[in-house]
Amino acid sequence: MSDKILYSLTGLFDTPDEIIAAAKKVQAEGYTKYDVNTPYPVHGMDSAMKLPMSRLPYVAMVVGLTGMFLALFFMWWTNSVDYPLVIGGKPYFALPAYVPIMFEVTVLSASIATVVTMIAIVFKFPNNSHPLLDTEYMKHVSVDKYGISISAEDPKFNYESVKSLLESLGAKNISPVYFKDEVINFKPNTFEPKFVLSLIGLFIVVSGLTYVTLNKLMYLPPFDWMMEQSKVIAQERSDVFEDGRGMRTPVEGTVARGFLPYKYKDNPDAAGKFLVNPLPATEENLQVGETKFDIYCSPCHGYLAEGDSRLKGQFPNPPSLHSAKVRNWSDGRIYHVITEGQNAMPSYAYQLSREERWAIILYIRALQRSLNAKESDLQ
Amino acid sequence: MSDSPDVFNYTKKELPSNFIKFGYAAFVVGLVLVVLSLFVDNVRSAFSGVMLLMFVASIGVGSLFWIVAEYLSGAVWSTPFRRVAEFLGAVLLVLPIIALPAYFNMHDIFHWTHEEVVKTDHYLSAKAPYLNVSFFTIRTIVFIAIWVLFYFLITRNSKLQDSTKDQNLTRKNIKLSAVFVPLFALSITFFAIDWLMSLEPHWFSTIFGVYYFSGTVLAALAAITYIVVTLSEKGYFFQGVKEDHYYSFGALLFGFVNFWAYIAFSQFLLIWYANLPEETIWYLQRWEGYWMYFSIGLIIIHFVVPYFGLLAQPSKMSPKRLKFMSLWILFAHFYDVMWITMPTYQEFGYIPGWIELGYAIFAIGLILVIFNWKAGKENLVPIGDPKLKRGINFRL
Ligand code: HEC
Repeated sequence: MSDKILYSLTGLFDTPDEIIAAAKKVQAEGYTKYDVNTPYPVHGMDSAMKLPMSRLPYVAMVVGLTGMFLALFFMWWTNSVDYPLVIGGKPYFALPAYVPIMFEVTVLSASIATVVTMIAIVFKFPNNSHPLLDTEYMKHVSVDKYGISISAEDPKFNYESVKSLLESLGAKNISPVYFKDEVINFKPNTFEPKFVLSLIGLFIVVSGLTYVTLNKLMYLPPFDWMMEQSKVIAQERSDVFEDGRGMRTPVEGTVARGFLPYKYKDNPDAAGKFLVNPLPATEENLQVGETKFDIYCSPCHGYLAEGDSRLKGQFPNPPSLHSAKVRNWSDGRIYHVITEGQNAMPSYAYQLSREERWAIILYIRALQRSLNAKESDLQ
Repeated sequence: MSDSPDVFNYTKKELPSNFIKFGYAAFVVGLVLVVLSLFVDNVRSAFSGVMLLMFVASIGVGSLFWIVAEYLSGAVWSTPFRRVAEFLGAVLLVLPIIALPAYFNMHDIFHWTHEEVVKTDHYLSAKAPYLNVSFFTIRTIVFIAIWVLFYFLITRNSKLQDSTKDQNLTRKNIKLSAVFVPLFALSITFFAIDWLMSLEPHWFSTIFGVYYFSGTVLAALAAITYIVVTLSEKGYFFQGVKEDHYYSFGALLFGFVNFWAYIAFSQFLLIWYANLPEETIWYLQRWEGYWMYFSIGLIIIHFVVPYFGLLAQPSKMSPKRLKFMSLWILFAHFYDVMWITMPTYQEFGYIPGWIELGYAIFAIGLILVIFNWKAGKENLVPIGDPKLKRGINFRL
């Protein structure tokens, strides 16, 4: 006994009421280094021991709220700013749909932060030992007894007086706890080979299981049942229909909203004669024209319509749109080319609305003017 | 420390006289207003009658639920107060009577009772085998009968135990409770569907029964909490009603406030997501005109205020806060029932008037009068219950 260093003197109680009374008494006697161990959190213990409020809740609140706002920010930025997509007819910023995620992230980040903080700060990670562990005392207080342990480091500690105090409180099994050798000689070593190896082992097992689950197991019946459904998938064949085509063509005579039949099919001259550009050359319209021209026309015709294709000879280079021929064409004649196509050039009627086609023509006119300015433009 | 009072020396005390007087006063004032309203605005009065029925049913069947929950879970902390729930549950006995005004005005309340409408309406005629007056009547009678029957059986055993101290009675009640739970789940679901959901007969929400249930158990718990705290402050229970008991009430209230919000939000989210016209109509109606403010109010009154009011640990133990919050929650439940019922009566704008107020006062009076009547006859503490002593010495 003499060569061992005393850690504390412990005593056990049978009921929560007794332990609370004991804690109050020990506190009143002026002891500061003591601890109470109970199988479950006994309400009222904090005030009996006069403990200050734990600071862990602040960590939970700050991290939880941060998580919540980060989740909200992330969803707002991805769904309504960076890549706005209409999903299920909902607004880009669809708050109700975000609520469950915000809630989950709040709870998740708060609980993880609390646990990590507790392990790191309260338990002083990587420390994982304590003199009370592996004692008879701990076996009792983690099952059905309520214990108090008064540390020998307490300035008021005196073996005999603590013992008689515990006796007077009615404690049972009053017994000393000594530091164990491992505890005294404990040197934290985070990179202990055993620890590192078990981490690696865990990593391999977890990733292996994940791989097998996601890449093999999910393709075995019955887990693959969801994959094969008798529903039509875009661009895929489907046995539901006789002709095997998943994507159906519209019923004959179907007309899209706002559709107007094109009167000058195969009749470019009439188009050039009778069609008039309905759009005024406002900045707004020119802006639309520029955007659409750059998207749809410039790959072949070049950004400045000089016929400098970016297709590197994979497609016949078109002629320059600055030729006298095209400059002298009416707007309607160019409109006809965009609408119907011309020889190697395909029709753009499906990609571009009527307004957009006319706006492109305004832009082409502006480009032509830029290379072949009139006298009056120079003044 | 464990100076447990000798519970078997319980002596019965009269309830505080102002408690009784207040009950009678509210009952009389409410009754006068209710009768008056029947003559002034018959239809509005009938709609308020639905609210009255649903609110009182909440207290009654909710209290029965808490009794049953105690038996099934083997809880001890609530045993000393179980009688409060048993007395409140007695309001189940008057449900048939207060259902009458609404029942006789069904034609004004329930669209689906109009046979000529049902004939031309595809949905209503498809629902007709369920939604018709005679089946509706049978169901209402059966549900109330189930509740009254189990209420009677369980409280009779509990009362008998006061004199016989027979522990087997507890075991019997546990069995009865186990039988009651599935019946309870079904009956309260269909009761809510019949009396509240069918106000809007085209609309449906599969979670609706749970929604009403969440409000029901919360309201009953609030009523129990209020009475327990008030009476134990006056020393009606036993010396040591401790913070541990209060804390349990507070924590349960807090939990069920969140449960209600969870269910209410789930119902909204699913309907909002699916965006089907026949489902969204119900919420759109509650977003029209004044109803919008009413709906925002529901979120604040039924969730935000009680949530923050009960969030902190000390507030769950403070008698003052508990009394305030439980009255608040009772009001919130009435508000909730009003929010469900009244848009059918007035579609665009609605301002609660003296008729609704009268019915609310009547509901309070009715519940208190019945409580006082039971408390006058029976012991406020189940002195024969084997769990009583452990309940009194309960420690968290
Ligand atoms: C796939 C490449 C390609 C794209 C994209 C394209 N064109 Fe063309 N375009 C051509 C070719 C090739 C010709 C020459 C056709 C011919 O041989 O008659 C041409 C001819 C024309 C002509 C007639 C020129 C003339 O001298 O006969 C006009 C006007 C014209 N394109 C306008 C447009 C506009 C406006 C767009 C954008 C909507 C556009 N093109 C997009 C390839 C393209």
